[in-house]
Amino acid sequence: MQRDPRDLVRYTPSERLNHWVVGISFILLGLSGLALFHPAFWPFTMLFGGGTWTRIIHPYLGVLMAVAYVAMFIRFSRLNMMSRTDWEWIKRIREMVDGDDHNMPEQGKYNGGQKLLYWLLFWCMLLLILSGVALWRTWFSFPVELVRLAAVIHAASAAVMIGLIMVHVYAAIWTKGTIRAMWYGTVTRAWAKQHHRAWYREATKDG
Amino acid sequence: MALQSLDIAARSATTTPPPSVRQGLEVAKLIDISKCIGCKACQVACMEWNDLRDEVGINHGVYDNPMDLTDQSWTVMRFSEVEVQEGRLEWLIRKDGCMHCVDPGCLKACPAPGAIVKYANGIVDFHEENCIGCGYCITGCPFDIPRLSQKDGKAYKCTLCSDRVSVGLEPACVKTCPTGAITYGAKEDMVEAAGFRVRDLKERGYENAGLYDPPGVGGTHVMYVLQHADQPGLYSNLPKDPQIDPLVSVWKGIATPLAIAAFAAVSLAGLFHYITKGPNEVSKETEKEVE
Amino acid sequence: MTNHWVDIKNTDLVLIMGGNAAEAHPCGFKWVTEAKAHRKARLIVVDPRFTRSAAVSDYYAPIRAGSDIAFLGGLINYLLTEDKIQHQYVRDYTDMSYLVKDEFGFEDGIFSGYDPEKRKYDKSTWGYQTGPDGFVLADPTLQNPRCVYQLMKAHYSRYTPEMVERICGTPKDAFLKVCGMIAETSAPDRTMTIMYALGWTQHSQGSQMIRTGAMVQLLLGNIGVAGGGMNALRGHSNIQGLTDLGLLSNLLPGYMTLPGEAEQDFPAYLAKRSPKPLRPGQLSYWQNYPKFFVSTMKAWYGDAATAENNWCYDWLPKLDKTHDILQVFEDMSNGKVHGYICQGFNPLASAPCKVKVSGSLSKLKYLVIIDPLATETSEFWQDHGEYNDVDPTKIQTEVFRLPSTCFAEEDGSLVNSGRWLQWHWKGAEPPGEALNDQEIVAGIFLKLKALYKKDGGAFPDPILNLTWKHRQPANPSPEELAKEFSGRAIKDVLDPKDPTKVLVKAGEQLNGFAELRDDGSTACGCWIFAGAWSEKGNLMARRDNADPYGIGQTLNWSFAWPANRRVLYNRASCDTEGKPYDPNRKLVGWDASSGKWGGSDIPDFKVDSSPSDGMGPFIMNPEGVARFFARDMMAEGPFPEHYEPLESPIATNPLHPDNPKARFNPAARVFKGDWASMGEADQYPYVATTYRLTEHFHYWTKHVRLSAIVQPEQFVEIGEELAAAKGIKAGDPVRVRSKRGFIVAVAVVTKRLKTLEVDGKPVHTVGIPIHWGFKGVARNGFITNTLTPFVGDANTQTPEFKAFLVDVEKLPVKV
Repeated sequence: MQRDPRDLVRYTPSERLNHWVVGISFILLGLSGLALFHPAFWPFTMLFGGGTWTRIIHPYLGVLMAVAYVAMFIRFSRLNMMSRTDWEWIKRIREMVDGDDHNMPEQGKYNGGQKLLYWLLFWCMLLLILSGVALWRTWFSFPVELVRLAAVIHAASAAVMIGLIMVHVYAAIWTKGTIRAMWYGTVTRAWAKQHHRAWYREATKDG
Repeated sequence: MALQSLDIAARSATTTPPPSVRQGLEVAKLIDISKCIGCKACQVACMEWNDLRDEVGINHGVYDNPMDLTDQSWTVMRFSEVEVQEGRLEWLIRKDGCMHCVDPGCLKACPAPGAIVKYANGIVDFHEENCIGCGYCITGCPFDIPRLSQKDGKAYKCTLCSDRVSVGLEPACVKTCPTGAITYGAKEDMVEAAGFRVRDLKERGYENAGLYDPPGVGGTHVMYVLQHADQPGLYSNLPKDPQIDPLVSVWKGIATPLAIAAFAAVSLAGLFHYITKGPNEVSKETEKEVE
Repeated sequence: MTNHWVDIKNTDLVLIMGGNAAEAHPCGFKWVTEAKAHRKARLIVVDPRFTRSAAVSDYYAPIRAGSDIAFLGGLINYLLTEDKIQHQYVRDYTDMSYLVKDEFGFEDGIFSGYDPEKRKYDKSTWGYQTGPDGFVLADPTLQNPRCVYQLMKAHYSRYTPEMVERICGTPKDAFLKVCGMIAETSAPDRTMTIMYALGWTQHSQGSQMIRTGAMVQLLLGNIGVAGGGMNALRGHSNIQGLTDLGLLSNLLPGYMTLPGEAEQDFPAYLAKRSPKPLRPGQLSYWQNYPKFFVSTMKAWYGDAATAENNWCYDWLPKLDKTHDILQVFEDMSNGKVHGYICQGFNPLASAPCKVKVSGSLSKLKYLVIIDPLATETSEFWQDHGEYNDVDPTKIQTEVFRLPSTCFAEEDGSLVNSGRWLQWHWKGAEPPGEALNDQEIVAGIFLKLKALYKKDGGAFPDPILNLTWKHRQPANPSPEELAKEFSGRAIKDVLDPKDPTKVLVKAGEQLNGFAELRDDGSTACGCWIFAGAWSEKGNLMARRDNADPYGIGQTLNWSFAWPANRRVLYNRASCDTEGKPYDPNRKLVGWDASSGKWGGSDIPDFKVDSSPSDGMGPFIMNPEGVARFFARDMMAEGPFPEHYEPLESPIATNPLHPDNPKARFNPAARVFKGDWASMGEADQYPYVATTYRLTEHFHYWTKHVRLSAIVQPEQFVEIGEELAAAKGIKAGDPVRVRSKRGFIVAVAVVTKRLKTLEVDGKPVHTVGIPIHWGFKGVARNGFITNTLTPFVGDANTQTPEFKAFLVDVEKLPVKV
């Protein structure tokens, strides 16, 4: 199948791979973490071979996600530096949510919301990794006061992160033509022009 | 795992009510520190009954051995030399182990359904076949009692000999205690017995003698008679006012419904947003522009 | 124990001194907690260390190891000067009024009759004045300067609180506090019990320490009463049975004594041991000695023992001296012993001065070990590195190890501290090739007997004629042996009052020692055990804990010697009219209507002797009363006097600073070669004392994993002050050295060992638990008795394990 050759490449295969390693490990971590978080989610342990396997696997998945995330974070960090325009965009997010984007400030590869999400996720990930280490009794032993704090931080930052990822996923679903960027790397020129005009200009400067 | 399911009063990671037809008599173990000679017979009895064999360690310059609770040592004697009154030395020896709280922090923290249960008689027991080895019980315990086994990854602690108790025997440590410093019976009776002991100690000059049955955890089913109930810290750092740590309460209390509500809210918000506002599509104009 | 374990619950005050009951007797200690709980009893602990017993005491006073006589002498002085004594008891039931020979004297620490060369006393002046009727003269007014009361008062007047503080290091106020608490029990209805153990026994003047304690109890009227007594806590479960059965080298069963070399004449031997009453109307129960003796000989030699051959008296060894453990190893070290059978004994670890014991064992031709465990002694010849640094190529001793059963693998009786013979039943089969002790000994005996039969020999008679009537000669059963020591009638035993009446038929088991006869009609292996297995069956196996009087006198639980009596001297619990001093704790009392003594216990008295007869309550003594003045029965004097331990931190005895002869026990036996092995304070400045820990039992339980887990490694206890001076922290390895060797152990630094001010200088105590060695599952360690001196009590020769001198040094790294 030949896709439209005029489509713009938004993500390279390496970037997509990185994203999905993070994404899949996040989903598995979320499921296994939720299983240990509240009895309502306990059945999720069945996905991992029972409670004990869930407990064993979860932190190793965490290590995998942490490593992949750090790579992704570095990869995308330059593009996610907040600018004044981004803050302007965020200020007007209500219009955006209402589906009226014609007054929104012109955006680069990422809009203010995405950038904000990027940084919120960064803080969540940092807290999750640090607190996760403190909770990992197989390898570490920290004072119980610290472990208690870590437990709360881990749970809270995980909950926030899950919420953020829900927003992230919804945004991708809501904004038609987006998901393909992470499936096979390209977006249509119209999509780019509509949602990331500055990036569109940049990407089509030579063509 | 000795008592029947009918006798379970609370169960870890379980949101539905436990069976409530049987209202068992609450039991308690009373440890009278003023009678304890630190002979460690209770440690040995515990090891014998439960087939535990800790390492043959080394001497650390104190009488304590093993130095701390382990998955193979469910009770240890802790020795402390103090001078509460100037010139009057006291050698306080406390048998440390699970306190069997009325409001057990371990059970609250445990994520594995049925890995920790509280029986109607008050015994807090670990069911290791349900234990996943996460160690949350340690995090939840205000007394630093449970220990994870390096061998099988499961958590262990004093069972108050729930197997013996269920067939009408006293716990092994009680059975063996040569001075009667450890007694066992209905909690009500133990509280009364403690009253006699406290009066006796006061009469012997221990003005602050008292019963240690800390209300912060709803009381315990292992209680101490202390010569200095005003200073439990003298007894190898017995907590003065133990309670489930607020962080644990947040973590296993308010945090879970909040988070679940948040997830639901976000999901529903997305759904309603989509069906009210519709998808964010590329406008026809733009599509035309880029043709 | 004069009383028994359960009876401790009846007391008002417990004095633990010379022992550490909570540590070494935790099960018996429960009765102290019972007394505290139900009688509001107080517990006083006097000890060099703040012990586990002290941890639950009401009052603790420190004392320098080895200075107990000074403390107790000070207590006697206090009781006499404050007049806190039980007057009626002391007047009527003790020798206070008796007049002592004018020649008896005491000067600057030495009693009359001392021979400094032999280090022995001629005791001929240590006696009472007697009248023409042969009875002792007495002055009931106690005014005569030669009466025991006056002599004793003068003797202990030197033991002022200041002197006690100076010798013992016990602060004066602490000493007086203890005195005050104890003095309260002089009231007739108040009692104190003294619980002691090896902390008194194991001194060069240990017997006298115990005697001083007994004197305190007599002054207070606390002997023979419920909740009172002098209570020796025995260190092994059956060590009481060992002494009862006469296993000490100079004893026969039931505390009869072997004859000395000079006693070749049988009637004279008996006469000396069957004293006539010293006062009118007294029983002097030892007058029955011939009955006990003849019955024992009949049990041993059966038909071979006849009146004509003096019941085989000539076959008994006649002692040149006592052959106690120290003497045996002395002889061994001099090459005079060729073979040694070591049954249930681990002398390399248990005897003092390991280097001497090891050297002695090396001179043997053969050594037979009968033991359930692989003892250190059985491997004394093996190189175990620093723990047993010997060269096996230089040791020619042939060692045979015969594995035996342990107590839980056999039936039998154990005698506890309270003199109860309790039968026990096998709990498990012995492992491997282990045989029970009687099977092993029978095997050796039968082989020897066959050899004697075949080859004759110098003196085969005692071996060839020894009674050996067992169903299985190679394996005598515990039941057979128990019946033998309890005794049976050989011919019909007749009632002396009515010779037509048969008390026991021939062949039947006896009911008690009252049925023993000196005409050969009875056989009894141990007279004090008589009746333990009667025709009613095995009374030792009884387990009825019914306590009809509520004071713990469970007469149907096991069998207590003598005669199932639970409290010795219990007649003394009543006044002269026969009424109990404390009706609530009645042991016995005179019932005029029946004309008999009776109560919750078996009366220790002539049961039909009315109080008006005036018989004294101490019927075993020819005086009929208890003795403060020991006459010629102690090696170092009739009144206990404080002497320093053989190794003392102070240069003189503060009571006799100018008399070096009175520095330490003038009658203590020190072997010639051992003087050089005694250290002085300039090189070995610290007082050391050795002891047991609750977690272990002697050198046995280091073979037990559970005990090893709860107390895994050898340690020594050092006070904080000494530790600070030496830069020692808890957990540091230290070397403890005496003149006889060194050990290395982990330092336990503690507040519980206080520096004492003794004779003007600070004295530090180093506490050294025993228990470790080079065999077992606990961590290997040094044998503590490497350090201890080769000297014993002047009377019993029990080694002086409780007070000697050491130096301590911190080691840079763990060795």
